[in-house]
Amino acid sequence: MAAEAVRTWRRPPILIKDWRWRWGIYAFAVIYLVLAVSSVEVNWARVYEGLERGWRFLQGFLVPDFTSRWRDIGSGLVESLTMTVTSTIVGVLLAIPVGIGAARNLAPLPVYLVCRSIVATSRSLQEIIVAILFVAMFGFGPFAGFLTLTFATIGFMAKLLAEDIEDIDEAQAEAVRATGASWWQVVNYAVQPQVMPRLIGLALYRLDINFRESSVIGIVGAGGIGATLNTSIDRYEYDSAGAILLIIIAIVMLAEYSSGFVRKWVQ
Amino acid sequence: MPVEQGTVPVWRKRTTAAQWTLWGGWFALAILFVYSWQVMTKDTIWAFVMDAPEQAADLGSRMFPPRWSYMERLWWPLWDTLNIATLGTMLGILIAVPVAFAAARNTTPSLYFVRPAALFIIVASRSINSLIWALLLVAIIGPGILAGIVAIGLRSIGFVAKLLYEAIEEIDEGQVEAVAATGASRAQVIDYAIVPQVLPAFFGISVFRWDINIRESTILGLVGAGGIGLQLQASLNTLAWPQVTLIFVVILGTVVVSEWVSAKVREAIT
Amino acid sequence: MLTVKNLGKTYKTGDRALNDVSFTVEAGQVVGLIGPSGAGKSTLIRCVNRLVEPTAGKIFLGDTELTGLSGAGLRTARRRIGMIFQEYALVERLTVMENVLSGRLGYVPFWRSFSRRFPQADVDKAFALLARVGLTDHADKRADALSGGQRQRVGIARALEQDPELLLIDEPTASLDPKTSRQIMRLIGEICTERNLPAIINIHDVVLAQAFTQRIIGLKAGEVVFDGTPDELTDDVLTSIYGEEDWTAMRRKDGDHHDDTITDEERMAGLA
Repeated sequence: MAAEAVRTWRRPPILIKDWRWRWGIYAFAVIYLVLAVSSVEVNWARVYEGLERGWRFLQGFLVPDFTSRWRDIGSGLVESLTMTVTSTIVGVLLAIPVGIGAARNLAPLPVYLVCRSIVATSRSLQEIIVAILFVAMFGFGPFAGFLTLTFATIGFMAKLLAEDIEDIDEAQAEAVRATGASWWQVVNYAVQPQVMPRLIGLALYRLDINFRESSVIGIVGAGGIGATLNTSIDRYEYDSAGAILLIIIAIVMLAEYSSGFVRKWVQ
Repeated sequence: MPVEQGTVPVWRKRTTAAQWTLWGGWFALAILFVYSWQVMTKDTIWAFVMDAPEQAADLGSRMFPPRWSYMERLWWPLWDTLNIATLGTMLGILIAVPVAFAAARNTTPSLYFVRPAALFIIVASRSINSLIWALLLVAIIGPGILAGIVAIGLRSIGFVAKLLYEAIEEIDEGQVEAVAATGASRAQVIDYAIVPQVLPAFFGISVFRWDINIRESTILGLVGAGGIGLQLQASLNTLAWPQVTLIFVVILGTVVVSEWVSAKVREAIT
Repeated sequence: MLTVKNLGKTYKTGDRALNDVSFTVEAGQVVGLIGPSGAGKSTLIRCVNRLVEPTAGKIFLGDTELTGLSGAGLRTARRRIGMIFQEYALVERLTVMENVLSGRLGYVPFWRSFSRRFPQADVDKAFALLARVGLTDHADKRADALSGGQRQRVGIARALEQDPELLLIDEPTASLDPKTSRQIMRLIGEICTERNLPAIINIHDVVLAQAFTQRIIGLKAGEVVFDGTPDELTDDVLTSIYGEEDWTAMRRKDGDHHDDTITDEERMAGLA
């Protein structure tokens, strides 16, 4: 047969088998891209003008100026760090009951629903939006920032904690329950040992996130290094801005490195 | 007469030394907390804090009902927001892929020069929030969508590259060995042995980041980088709270939809 | 023809994996490499295609000295040596056909392999090989959809797609059940005879080695302690390689398999 003489081979499509769907999706993607790119209005003269500023910023980043604004940088940094520490501790402490309540295998249904909705609210509202509201209620300054980060920490930690609790080895909980232990004793003896190392790891991870966020919420008036950074960029003091960014990067690196170390030590 | 206590062992959960370290650690943490709290609240005006419930009630009454008619002026910014997130994600991925291959221990061209440089790019990009990138870029290249796209892109590099290089480091080396043993070149080994193994992770990471970027691009307008955040900023400046409420609702809706899309796509891939 | 001269390998940790190993494999000869775990079997065959860098001695494939090659020279040498792996080492997420065609990677330029546009001759060869190992219908399946025995056949097809002058085979049956193991060993033996192809099979199962190879090299602590025909491999020799063990009991266990052998052969005939 002629068909068997030359047997060609083409790689079968990987993701979408039906060619109509495949070409439809490709066409859609191309049309979207054309529309999207064409709707980006760029003032090229302004961009060109900005290149010089960009170059100055790069220089500021490479030769940062820590000294001339040190008072502002220092106080912003202290605000950020204290905000980070307090909000992480309070957030984690509050997240523990919420997390236990949001675990289906430990909590009765009404408690579960209440805790889950707390988690959902906290997670779907972004830090910046929460910060705007808290600044409007509590006034400018780090206290509003502290509340914002605490609120975000509760949602983050409680969700992961609840998932961890739901994933625990049921056999161990059964064994403890079989000894006639009360609900508190089950939590203390069966759940806590299994979840604790990860809880500490997550808390350290959240500490890192909170610090990074604390550098942002200052932009809407919730205190911290973000406010200092905002001011220095507004004043075109790129060498001070570069210094602040380098400090943020250094602290994040330090936090990541040391939290990796602590996590190893805990497990 | 000395009592021989050793014969009756007392059961303790931990050795005393470890216990002391543990208690010391918790104590230090408590002190750190109290100290931080005092420093932080040094300048707090408690009268404002006490006043908060009234402020909240006042705010609430001014925020409701939302001004639904404002919606017609939000469609266009919403489209911009979507574009900032999508184009920014694509820009980020484009840069992140080579960075990830340079950072992974098993694919990096040089362990002592290229890899540390790639890791620095990753940590620098990750440490700086997209809003800060936007702040900088608006100052440099002027306000507008472009600043938003570049900001999202720069922030995405670190995220995508970090997860991707971890995925590359976790691949099965046996498959790489087998392809290399056929006499394949370095580029062919990457194409045949490494890419197929990390492709699902790559798609998952990209979609996940796109979802986060939608969320982040809604607020970039606060610093002038385009999208729906511009409207938010304008409404906040004029204290038009009913409009602010509507924008919050729209942002929340967008976030929920993008999360749903991202979850569906990731489900379909794996 | 493969010649190994005074080969030695010392790892960076100071572990001495191979010491003064020398032998020659003639065309068409199937050599079983036996020895306890950690004797250096795996290191030895990986030294031949330089997946592991030897620290002493020389290796020749025909007239080419493999040791000392690098870059393009090494790739050209590697494509002459087919390798079959213990855990199949197929690229799980690629199709069977792509896995087989990856045997041509050393021959085609990057753009051809990247766009999956291989020369028609390579595709024809791949289809012929898939037919030979009995997997024609599975060409467009993903490799991770196959069973262990089928995957190992894809591995064999991939190695043959290279048009190799030598086969290196690393524990081909370690992840397979006894019956499939025998089928795979028989297939390898047949193919080597058909193509007059020399092969080194690194195998821990002494019984299989005796049944399917023409020559056996025993390795112990990185040194050659036996080199001869399967018949010369007496209990005393085995004891000197592996230490004390009841070899007769092990052989008797092997006898049980023989009932399956005929049906196996029929099966293989049907597949081929």
